[in-house]
Amino acid sequence: MDDVFKALADPTRRTILDELRERDDQTLFELCGRLATKHQLSISRQAISQHLEVLESAGLVRSRREGRYKFHTIDTAPLEPIARRWLASDAGISSRTAPPRQTGQTGETA
Amino acid sequence: MRIHLTSVLVDDQQKALEFYTEILGFQKKYDEPLGEARWLTVVSPQDPQGTQLLLEPDGHPAVGPFKRALVADSIAFASFAVDDVHAEYERLRALGVQFTQPPADMGEVTTAVFDDTCGNLIQIATEPAADVTAADSASGSGAA
Repeated sequence: MDDVFKALADPTRRTILDELRERDDQTLFELCGRLATKHQLSISRQAISQHLEVLESAGLVRSRREGRYKFHTIDTAPLEPIARRWLASDAGISSRTAPPRQTGQTGETA
Repeated sequence: MRIHLTSVLVDDQQKALEFYTEILGFQKKYDEPLGEARWLTVVSPQDPQGTQLLLEPDGHPAVGPFKRALVADSIAFASFAVDDVHAEYERLRALGVQFTQPPADMGEVTTAVFDDTCGNLIQIATEPAADVTAADSASGSGAA
């Protein structure tokens, strides 16, 4: 789980994931275009490529080759243990923020 | 000073001529023997007196590594303007053209990228200004 948090600790990598959410199978060229034009990020192609490698080694991005081309797709599976650990309903968040009413005692008809 | 000529480096001039005219829809402008190759240019039918595209042989030893490096990073080195990227994407795909990027919103422009079968990736782009102009002229003519 450490590598997932490290991968997510960088704002550029989070932005890359945001853009990959919009469509699977993006080339490096498309991602560079999205970051430059939609997010005004002045960042080199090499740096974006390295960010993708970090995301891929954390399992958050998968890549595949088709012919001479390489395509990148987001994979949110590594985020599921995080959600289960702290956000699952049996973690009791909802009961703490909104204590259950004791309907049997206060909800009786008058 | 004006830009009258630009080029794409192609692995086979005859194959390139067929792709750039029959598939993309450009028109042949000049086709003259030149050394071992041909001086082969195409123009847009929308602008036959405009900028020519030279289909230039890629035989120089520096070109192979250059083209391969671009393709490895999926970089489109040439870009053509189209009225509607989405429509052009559908038209070309129906003709069997392989895209590495379907139409994507890039802020000011919408772009797509395809393989020209001659070793290059080509970008097509629509600027929203073109849409606005087209819409204005369409509504203008409708009102008149």
